[in-house]
Amino acid sequence: MVWPHRNLLTLEELTSDEINLILDTAAAFEDVSTRSVKKVPALRGRVVVNLFFEDSTRTRTSFTLAAQRLSADVIDFTAKASSLSKGESLRDTVRNIEAMGIDVIVCRHSSSGANHLIAKNTKCCVINAGDGRHEHPTQGLLDIYTIRKAKGRIDGLKVAIVGDVGNSRVARSNLHGLLKLGAEVTFVGPTTMVPGAFAKMGARVVHDFDSVIGEFDVINMLRIQMERLGSNVFPSLGEYTRLFGLTNERMKRARQDVLVMHPGPINRGVEMAGDVADGGRSVILEQVTNGLAVRMAVMFLCTQALGAG
Amino acid sequence: MSVLLDENGIAAALERIAGEISASIPATASVAVIGIRSRGDTLAARLIERLAAHGVSQVEFGTLDITLYRDDLAEIGPAAVVRTTEIPFDVAGKYLILVDDVIYSGRSIRAALDAIKDLGRPRAIRLAVLVDRGGRELPIQPDFVGVKTPGDDRHVTVLLRESGGVDRVEMDG
Repeated sequence: MVWPHRNLLTLEELTSDEINLILDTAAAFEDVSTRSVKKVPALRGRVVVNLFFEDSTRTRTSFTLAAQRLSADVIDFTAKASSLSKGESLRDTVRNIEAMGIDVIVCRHSSSGANHLIAKNTKCCVINAGDGRHEHPTQGLLDIYTIRKAKGRIDGLKVAIVGDVGNSRVARSNLHGLLKLGAEVTFVGPTTMVPGAFAKMGARVVHDFDSVIGEFDVINMLRIQMERLGSNVFPSLGEYTRLFGLTNERMKRARQDVLVMHPGPINRGVEMAGDVADGGRSVILEQVTNGLAVRMAVMFLCTQALGAG
Repeated sequence: MSVLLDENGIAAALERIAGEISASIPATASVAVIGIRSRGDTLAARLIERLAAHGVSQVEFGTLDITLYRDDLAEIGPAAVVRTTEIPFDVAGKYLILVDDVIYSGRSIRAALDAIKDLGRPRAIRLAVLVDRGGRELPIQPDFVGVKTPGDDRHVTVLLRESGGVDRVEMDG
């Protein structure tokens, strides 16, 4: 199939074939990182700007490295040091950036839908690096890629996404991608974080982790976003860990071949025990490695849709 | 459409190429055959079997995808399909036989040489092709050739049984 999109804004809008094309292309990019020259010339002459309105060292670094491995030039645009602080609108900022001859805008923003607004106002490729509570499509893709690589398939797998689903763009992107490829998704967390209404999105909703933990092929633990949460979503971190943390004790009741995932950064001892994060069933560092190949694939496919010039 | 090579013609061409390669390999060389996707890799695998019959064994095998190195990548647009490169050995110091089905402009081979260069520094690279169409746009020439076309710019199609068809090389007109 031919990749039709100039932008990657959500996984919700992609077909299963399109998701599989990204995953297959990522597999071809994986070996670039293991060679003596860790570069291919595919994006030579292209310019990528990281437009980050929220702090994120690891996602920005991953996008930067992915672009550099495709031989693109990369510019970092930090919102705090920009004219946005002088009152310039997002639309004007984007148009000014575009006027400098940029090809790809990688944007992270605290507002859901900010990337859609940017995409409407530019001819550049726009890649969503996380927008508010909406989506984080490349994280979803790298999670799905990691699962496919470890399990050999997605279809029919039982996947748990545990924690603050309500605030999580990672959970939404995972859900859309996994459902399209045939997995069964269960959201697990307290009612304050996983309202029952989330069942309408196509996932099962469970509030008692212990009653279902033995079912899953994959357990993806979300980070407790201390900075986003109010004080009233759960009584204490200790209670959260007791009920929903992936402790050593709880892992004994999980399947022997369960895959443990986390988008990072981990609050060790809160959503996951340190031993579990470092244990044999954890693929957390593989997720980081695979993120590079997936982001290379996304940038390559989207810029190919730009065509010549 | 005319048939440039039939099944026997392809077999004979590969046999002759294998003979020429085996005669040219330096005595101390560590040999690897790398086929350019797609079809070059199929021919490379066949060539390795024939090299063994000529007493050249312990030959490494790799496949190379050159999509990311093409100089017309921007023009191909979304139709570009990236496949995996599988070279499970160190190319440094190797005597490499690069294999493709057809050579025309020479740009695919230029891309392949760039791709190999990024993997390491081989001792030497030799080029084997089943069909030489002529029409070169770059100063690149094959060392081993199965058959040459009349050089009048007619398109050539290589069909191979491994792709579910028959062994045949067809030429337009």
